Amino acid sequence: MTPQLLIFFVLAALAVLGALSLILQKHPIHSALSLIVVMVALAGLYLLMGAEFVAAVQIIVYGGAIMVLFVFVIMLLNAGIEEHTSLSKFAGPPGLLLVVALAGFLAATIARSTGTVQAAGQTGAMSSTKGISSMLFRDFVYPFELTSFLILVAIMGAVVLAQREKN
Amino acid sequence: MSAFLASNAELIITIVKIALLLFIVLTVNAYLTWFERKVVAHMQSRWGPHRVGPHGLLQPLADGVKFLFKEDPTPAGVDKFVYYLAPLLALALALTSISIIPFGPNPIRLFGHDIYLGIAPPDLNIGILALFAITALGVYGVALAGWSSNSKYPLLGGLRSSAQMISYELALTMSVVGVLLIAGSFNLTDIINVQAKHPERGILGWNIFPQILGFICFFIAAVAETNRVPFDLPEAESELVAGFHTEYASFKFAMFFIAEYTSMITVSSLCAIMFFGGWLSPFPASWTFAHYLPSVILIPAGLWLIWDGIRYETIFGKIILPGVGTVLTVAGIALLIPNFQFVNEFIQAPFWLLSKIFVFLFVYVWMRGTLPRFRYDQLMAFGWKLLLPLSIMNVILTSFVILKWGAQ
Repeated sequence: MTPQLLIFFVLAALAVLGALSLILQKHPIHSALSLIVVMVALAGLYLLMGAEFVAAVQIIVYGGAIMVLFVFVIMLLNAGIEEHTSLSKFAGPPGLLLVVALAGFLAATIARSTGTVQAAGQTGAMSSTKGISSMLFRDFVYPFELTSFLILVAIMGAVVLAQREKN
Repeated sequence: MSAFLASNAELIITIVKIALLLFIVLTVNAYLTWFERKVVAHMQSRWGPHRVGPHGLLQPLADGVKFLFKEDPTPAGVDKFVYYLAPLLALALALTSISIIPFGPNPIRLFGHDIYLGIAPPDLNIGILALFAITALGVYGVALAGWSSNSKYPLLGGLRSSAQMISYELALTMSVVGVLLIAGSFNLTDIINVQAKHPERGILGWNIFPQILGFICFFIAAVAETNRVPFDLPEAESELVAGFHTEYASFKFAMFFIAEYTSMITVSSLCAIMFFGGWLSPFPASWTFAHYLPSVILIPAGLWLIWDGIRYETIFGKIILPGVGTVLTVAGIALLIPNFQFVNEFIQAPFWLLSKIFVFLFVYVWMRGTLPRFRYDQLMAFGWKLLLPLSIMNVILTSFVILKWGAQ
């Protein structure tokens, strides 16, 4: 077993455990912390694949900015321990169906793939900052700009909502 | 055994480097507290620490022992896991960020391996991004400490600090974009090398001149990120007792303390590397006589220590101070000997980087001795309405200049 593969399995296990803990934890802050663990483990996986830029951005944007906002809001609302509720009648059956479908889809994909599991470094466009930026600003410039526009609209909506409350 | 050593040489070298850097950084941290107390005291016409050891030089040791032996109570109703996690997180992230900093361009050749000064490999492509990623996570130490303490003052301190860090992180990141545009790289070594493009210009080639606006934004935002005066709202003692670490005692408090001082060192190194030429000498490359500057500083400092130590009151000081002075003087003279010229050439780069870091640390202490604290609304308005637009303007200006005339 190469060191890369070992690190891959450690990080993958960390990500899965974090995701499980996110759902099973009773306290919102503990759930948020579990989500941070997932984000950082994913960043580690990206790093392992040689996508250094994506890994750094993953931690800065998701691990840093977004999750800090989550934690901040939980602290601000002083949310306590959640009450345990039984499974919703309406969400239960479709949810189970979805789980089975997703698991089946994943299993089928893994079964059909012929390549061996490897955690080798990527080279080329995906790994370098230059490659990613030229992809983002040349090949996918319209989707990128549309997304920016969507975010702008969301920001303006938030500002309008906050303003109305003041008046 | 030797086969194991040979196959894992890189790993072993890195572990030794980590241990060494940890020792150096923690010692520097300890003496930074002494330096800060001494400088602030002199600014306020006091003596500062002067009882423990000559000139209070053993005060950090006494403080450390005190931190270790104090009672370590856990307040009632705290969230135990998060309460213990927070100081660990703060300290671990602060110490990790130092590992990205390169301290010199030339490797030491030892046992057939090139050993670079600094833990991260010199060709780390995402140097500055990795640093920002680690700082971005640093918020959690403070925020979680405030939340988990189950007490109102820490909670308010933690809230304040998360809001402050989110606000200033934007300005911090935007303000370095100008430097990145000039260098065309995230790699810290590349950023320094770009500033050495014209060796004859010396200090004039540094990034500080085209990027003065970026530097101002960066330094202010960085001080706010490290929660230091005048941005130490999270621990404003007149309002919040001690802010987020009110409920922490003993070594857990010390961990927050060490984390804060370590981030000061990181920020100072970043300022030096990105705007002040890192390990480059401020003199033009042809001024080789400037290479004797370390000796010029070491010898008088050593002689002064000897003179001062002989007049010192205590026996201990009469022995220690001249002893240290003699070591410094001998080191300074040794660097002048032609046989040791290769050593003198080697220490030039670390000498300049460390001097610049020291200057920025002094500025930190200077600000603490000078400036009053901001009010909370002033802090937010300053960050969002002044610092962020300024740093964005800097990015736009730099981009236009580079488009028109090219970098350099």
